[in-house]
Amino acid sequence: MSEQLRHDPLIIAGKEYSSRLLVGTGKYRDLDETRRAIEASGAQIVTVAVRRTNIGQNRDEPNLLDAVSPEKYTILPNTAGCYTAEDAVRTCKLARELMDGHDLVKLEVLGDQKTLYPNIVETLKGAEMLVKDGFKVMVYTNDDPIVAKQLEEMGCVAVMPLGSLIGSGLGILNPHNIRLIMEAANVPILVDAGVGTASDAALAMEMGCAGVLMNTAIAGARDPLLMASAMRKAIEAGREAYLAGRMPRKKYASASSPMEGII
Amino acid sequence: MRIVLNGDTMELRDDSSLADLVEQLGLGDKRIAAEVNMEIVPRSQHAALRLNDGDQIEIVHAIGGG
Repeated sequence: MSEQLRHDPLIIAGKEYSSRLLVGTGKYRDLDETRRAIEASGAQIVTVAVRRTNIGQNRDEPNLLDAVSPEKYTILPNTAGCYTAEDAVRTCKLARELMDGHDLVKLEVLGDQKTLYPNIVETLKGAEMLVKDGFKVMVYTNDDPIVAKQLEEMGCVAVMPLGSLIGSGLGILNPHNIRLIMEAANVPILVDAGVGTASDAALAMEMGCAGVLMNTAIAGARDPLLMASAMRKAIEAGREAYLAGRMPRKKYASASSPMEGII
Repeated sequence: MRIVLNGDTMELRDDSSLADLVEQLGLGDKRIAAEVNMEIVPRSQHAALRLNDGDQIEIVHAIGGG
């Protein structure tokens, strides 16, 4: 194995990660399944949502951050459910307080409930406000290469275009755009949303993406733990294939066995 | 006094601090963040912050999400 493969960390906001798989914590049956699936995925960056605490209910209810400890994982609070830049910024500020000043956040500002497609105007506005406020912003966006570049130039630490709609499992619908985004980028580009199964994740990595963020592909599998393990391998295999450099595609056959000495 | 906590009206003893409220809710040792009238109140200031009649308070925590 080459030197390159032995030390090939994902670097986000100056911090090194050995895993290029980022996972969400939504849609699991319970916290124990969440914990075990994340462990099986090998992920080191884990997204969470910020919501109102249920008052007067289940005081002893286990907390997500007990199952997914900030001591063990880099917690990435998201702004899921926000439809304006202002709401997203407010959520990030609450998250920063919740995480004792930890300022890495996932910005997502949505456009409508049917598609959960990002509202780019609000996303750009939110990114600008958050960067100005000192946040390290990983930003969910569409697969528009111009917008991706603008978000990078604003100071986002990672740009995360969708493969397809959140929770759709349709895979990477426009690999050509993702490639254009990567070619122009100086920050990590991660595919966020749309991955359905291991081959989708491997494809993203083979194309040269820095990483993949997924939730439903694991939580929505019949066996989430097994899928978490599959995703871990797909991400690693895809990354190694990218670094190894695939053989050129050819129009005709090229024999693998030598022609000489045929009886 | 009467406050609005996470969208619901609630009666609270006069002169309560934010820390008193958090304690009363059984959230004293939980990972939460609090906002009073849209302003984040750092944990270190919960005890010093006196609540007033009509205050809008949000208390949030982390839950599963993607």
